[in-house]
Amino acid sequence: MLADILQLLVAGLATGAIYALVAIGFTLLWQTSQTINFAQGEFVMLPAFFILIARGHFGLSFWPAVAVAAVVSVVVLGLLFKWLMVDPMIRHGVLPLVIATIGLAILMKEAVREFYGAEAQPFPPLAVDANVTVLGASFSLQSLVVLAISIAAVVALQLFLARTRTGRCMQATAQNPTVARLLGIPVERMILYTFVINAALVTLASVLITPIYLAKFTNGEWLGLYAFIAAIVGGFNQVRGAIVGGLLLGIVDNFAAAYISSQYRLALPLLILILVILFRPQGLLGRIEERTV
Amino acid sequence: MGKMRFGLALAALMLAGSVASAAEVKLAYVGEISGSLAVSGGNFRDGIILAVEEINARGGIMGEKIALSQLDTQTNPGVARSQMQKAIDSDPYAVLGPIFSGNVKATMPLLKQAEIPHFVGGEAGELTSLGDNYLFRTSFGQQIGMPKIANFIRDEIKAKTIALIWVNNDFGKGGRDNLMKEMAARGIKIIADVSTESGQVDFAADVVKLKAANADAVFVYSNEEECARIMREARKQGLKGPFIGDTTLLSQKTIELAGDAANGVMGHVGLTADAPIPAVTEFTARFQKRFNYKPDHNGLKGYTAVYAIKYVTENKLKKFDRKALAQAFHGLTITPKDEPNILIETTWDDKGEIDRISFLAEVVNGQQKITKILPKLAK
Repeated sequence: MLADILQLLVAGLATGAIYALVAIGFTLLWQTSQTINFAQGEFVMLPAFFILIARGHFGLSFWPAVAVAAVVSVVVLGLLFKWLMVDPMIRHGVLPLVIATIGLAILMKEAVREFYGAEAQPFPPLAVDANVTVLGASFSLQSLVVLAISIAAVVALQLFLARTRTGRCMQATAQNPTVARLLGIPVERMILYTFVINAALVTLASVLITPIYLAKFTNGEWLGLYAFIAAIVGGFNQVRGAIVGGLLLGIVDNFAAAYISSQYRLALPLLILILVILFRPQGLLGRIEERTV
Repeated sequence: MGKMRFGLALAALMLAGSVASAAEVKLAYVGEISGSLAVSGGNFRDGIILAVEEINARGGIMGEKIALSQLDTQTNPGVARSQMQKAIDSDPYAVLGPIFSGNVKATMPLLKQAEIPHFVGGEAGELTSLGDNYLFRTSFGQQIGMPKIANFIRDEIKAKTIALIWVNNDFGKGGRDNLMKEMAARGIKIIADVSTESGQVDFAADVVKLKAANADAVFVYSNEEECARIMREARKQGLKGPFIGDTTLLSQKTIELAGDAANGVMGHVGLTADAPIPAVTEFTARFQKRFNYKPDHNGLKGYTAVYAIKYVTENKLKKFDRKALAQAFHGLTITPKDEPNILIETTWDDKGEIDRISFLAEVVNGQQKITKILPKLAK
């Protein structure tokens, strides 16, 4: 029993860490540019196909293909997304942009279906199928690798935001763009950086989750929803809130599937979302004095 | 000059008119081109396309070229019904598909009412017991396949306990119910009964439950993509198996998606591109040349269904008559001698249930290896 619980906990943390990566992107974009990106799930789906194209059509091996996909993702999902969609739409308010990103999600999904087909595609695992046994519970090496990479990425991001000049400027921009501008911070450039970071995060999430999900045009549907819930539950105005929300959701999801039912696994996160909105609308770690969703 | 142009234009129009009115026989494929069963539906469709292209290249059915329309159910019963109505409105000679048992169930009343023969890929046991005289299977129903698997588990695997993971749709529920019945009849206990969802992507928790059961064998009954994800997760978590399943677990697509994780899975396959039968091998080569991928059993199902329609129309009916076509299929046996592209001798009973030889197989080094040929049930 204890072994089962430990296994579920690690599997949940591994999945939750990926939700957290995607949820962080939600919070970063919201804080700096009031962008709510409902295509975030599709942003995770797409880099896997960039990798498959780099491998299949250009004959690259896995890691060079990942590097190429990361560059393409930063350009397409970071820079072009900001310049071609967010900048023109945000002037008209948050809601038109939200609707535009919903449209973008449909476009991306259907484009992948059209050009790459509706079938799932195999995607190489990041680690060999091996197990590590601790306290009688055997943990998959793949889950541990996913968890370790996700934690490393989150820690690196936190260090970047807290310890570097650029990171602090980004935080200042997030807290109050007007004052940040008065202090001489290049606000526009800081906002651009958040889009680039978001693109890098979704690429990483894509590399981590596609070996489990397999590459398919529908992959973003649930992932985007889970990440959005995670961001709200944790606190839409706090990066660390998104981390907690993501991990919490991953664990709840796995335990619900194991001990309640697979059919109700999505119901529980939604229930948590409703409870958070009712009793703590700023999220578990969100600050009430700041913007809330 | 002006008169000449007018004359040429008139001739072109007349020619176009004659082309448009050329006699053709309409077949409609209503199947899963997208959605969670796109893998199966795509294979089934491509098998149909290959057969139609071959038949048309040889002059069609009784001199009439086949006009094939394709409608996507999106693996959604609601969409399937509207697409089927669209297909019926185009007045087809026969309908091929759907593959997804839930979609078959949702659309069969429309076809029964319209009296259009339909050749389905669905394997849910109950489909042939719903009183539709126009429905014909292209592969075994679960009530035919499960006894063969149950015997395999008892006689070859010698398992006393089974951990079952299945997909919660019509296909999965039918398979589970039939397996439960057959296992009980043989004194084999199901000690874990893990239900999963169609389109599910994360099976970590489900595999933990299978591990905890510590059964003699794990039975995986789901669609191809989900089978592949289950196998990947099972290997990831070090679940030992042995893993047993029916056709979908051992299909080419599952093997391709699961990679090394598919090695070692065993089970029963009703139809397979790896069957040690020369006609099937030749079909597989033609299919691969045309579509650049290896077909699974659904490719064979779609292909042989079109040739069965051709054979009955040309040899039994000698006319295009939907009602007569349906009647002719009841109690019919087509041998490869009658129609070489039926590939394997096939019989339909009075309910539209199908009977053929079938196979026991194992995945070895990413390839399906046939270990035993099982006779037709009627023999």
